[in-house]
Amino acid sequence: MAGLAVSTTINGDSVEYLCQPDETLLDVLRDRLGLTGAKEGCGTGDCGACSIILDGRLVCSCLVLGAEAEGRRVETIEGMADGDVLHPLQQKFIEHAALQCGICTPGFLIAAKDLLARNPDPTEEEIRFGLAGNLCRCTGYDKIVRAVQDAASVMRAA
Amino acid sequence: MRYLRPLSMEDAIGMITNSAGTVAVLAGGSDLLVRMKGGFVEPDLIVDIKAIEGLSEIRETAEGFSIGAAVPCAVLGEHAALRKAWPGVVEAANLIGSKQVQGRCTIAGNLCNASPAADSVPALVAAGAKALVAGPKGNRTVPVEAIPTGPGKTSLAKGEIVREILLEKRPPRAGDAYLRFIPRTEMDIAVVSAGVNLTLDAKGAVTSARVALGAVAPTVVLVEEAAGILVGSRLDDATLEKLAKACSDACRPIDDKRGTIAFRRKVAGVLARRAAAAAYARAGGK
Ligand SMILES: Cc1cc2nc3c(=O)[nH]c(=O)nc-3n(C[C@H](O)[C@H](O)[C@H](O)COP(=O)(O)OP(=O)(O)OC[C@H]3O[C@@H](n4cnc5c(N)ncnc54)[C@H](O)[C@@H]3O)c2cc1C
Repeated sequence: MAGLAVSTTINGDSVEYLCQPDETLLDVLRDRLGLTGAKEGCGTGDCGACSIILDGRLVCSCLVLGAEAEGRRVETIEGMADGDVLHPLQQKFIEHAALQCGICTPGFLIAAKDLLARNPDPTEEEIRFGLAGNLCRCTGYDKIVRAVQDAASVMRAA
Repeated sequence: MRYLRPLSMEDAIGMITNSAGTVAVLAGGSDLLVRMKGGFVEPDLIVDIKAIEGLSEIRETAEGFSIGAAVPCAVLGEHAALRKAWPGVVEAANLIGSKQVQGRCTIAGNLCNASPAADSVPALVAAGAKALVAGPKGNRTVPVEAIPTGPGKTSLAKGEIVREILLEKRPPRAGDAYLRFIPRTEMDIAVVSAGVNLTLDAKGAVTSARVALGAVAPTVVLVEEAAGILVGSRLDDATLEKLAKACSDACRPIDDKRGTIAFRRKVAGVLARRAAAAAYARAGGK
C-alpha cells in the first residue's frame, strides 16, 4: 500500500511523507523521518516521552495520527537547540544532572519549553503540575524542577 | 483502514452513512487512539472532524456559549469569558489528563466516549448543557445527559455527530463547581465526582440548583432530590447535611479496587457538599 501523502512543517522545514492511515505521528517521526528524539514510553498518552508541539499545543505524538499533521506545524526536540548552541533548558538539564537514563528527557524538555512559553516565571508547584504528564523513573523529579527553575530565570534575564 | 478529513459537516455525515464498515469519529483521539492501539476497536474508516468549518470555535451568542466539538479543553481554560460564566465546567474540562492531553481532548469526545467516570460530564449535566447533534436527518438539540446510555454506549445513531455543546447565558448570582476524588493529585480516573450549579436571589437564597454525580453509576446521576433540598436555603449546615445524604443515597456504585461501594457513597456526599459550597461562594453567596 502506498499510503497517504502528507505535507507538513517540522521544525520550520517543509516535509513530505507517505504514511499508513493508522500510523501514529510518533512512528512517522521515528521510523520514516529518522527523528528519533521523541521516544515511545507507554504509547497511551500517560508518560509524555513522545511529547511534541503541534500548532503551538503540547501533545503526545503517540496519540496523533501521522495523517493529522497535514498542513500543520510540528516542533520536535531536534529543533530545540540553535545549531550547536543548546537551548537554556537543555544547558540547565546538563548542569543540574536532571537526567539519568535520558529516555524521558526529550519529552520533559519539550513540555518545559511549552510551560515557560506560557508562564515565564512559574512557581515550583506550577512546574510540577505543568510537567505532570511526563514521567521519569530515575531522577525523582527534583533535579528536573531545579533545572527548569534555573532555565526560567536565565531566559527571563535574556 | 481509511482516514478522511472532511471540511463540512454534510460531507462528514455522508462519508459515515455511505460507509458499510465500522466508522469512528476522531476528535482529539485521546480515547479513540488508545482504544485502537489496545485492539478494542478496529474501525474501517476514521472521520477526523477537526477540519470541519466552525467546529474549532467557541462562540459567545445572545443565548450563551457554543463550544465547537473540536475545541481542545486547553482552549476552554484560556477563554476568560467562558471561565467567568461557567467556572465549574471549565475546571472539570481542565482536569482531564495532562497538559499534553489537554492540547487534544474535547468535552464532546469526553461525552461521546461515555465513560461513567468522564470528568466534564457531571459538570455539564449540572450546568444544564445541551448537545447540538448533526445527522442524516438534520440537527437536533438534546440535554447532554441524553447522549451516554451506559459505559461506552451512546444514543447517537449512525452518521450522527455532536457539533456543539451549548451552555446558557448566566443570570446574575449564579455559580458552578466540580470536584472529583482520585488517589493521586493529577492524571487519574475519578473514583467519585460531583458537579453543582446554583442560582441565588438578592438575599443569597438558592432559587435553582442542579446536582450531578459521576462514577457512581453506569451514567451520570442527576440528583433531582438534591435540588429540592437546596432551593430556598442559604446552604446552612443542616441543608448541606441533607444534601450529602441525598447524594449518598442516589449512588449505585460498583465495588472495585479503586473504591468500595461504602466509600464511594460516603465520598459522593462529601464532594457534593463541598462543590455546593464552592458554587455558592462563586455565585456571591456568603
Ligand atoms: C493520559 C490520559 C489521561 C486521561 N485522563 C482523563 C481524565 O482525567 N478524565 C477524563 O474524563 N478522561 C481522561 N482521559 C480520557 C480522554 O482524554 C477524555 O475522555 C477526552 O475528553 C476524550 O476526548 P477526545 O476529543 O480525545 O475524544 P476521541 O478519542 O477523539 O473520541 C472519543 C470517543 O467519542 C467519539 N466522538 C468524539 N467526538 C465526537 C463527536 N463530536 N460526535 C460523535 N462522537 C464523537 C469517538 O468516536 C470516540 O468513540 C484521559 C486519556 C488519556 C490518554
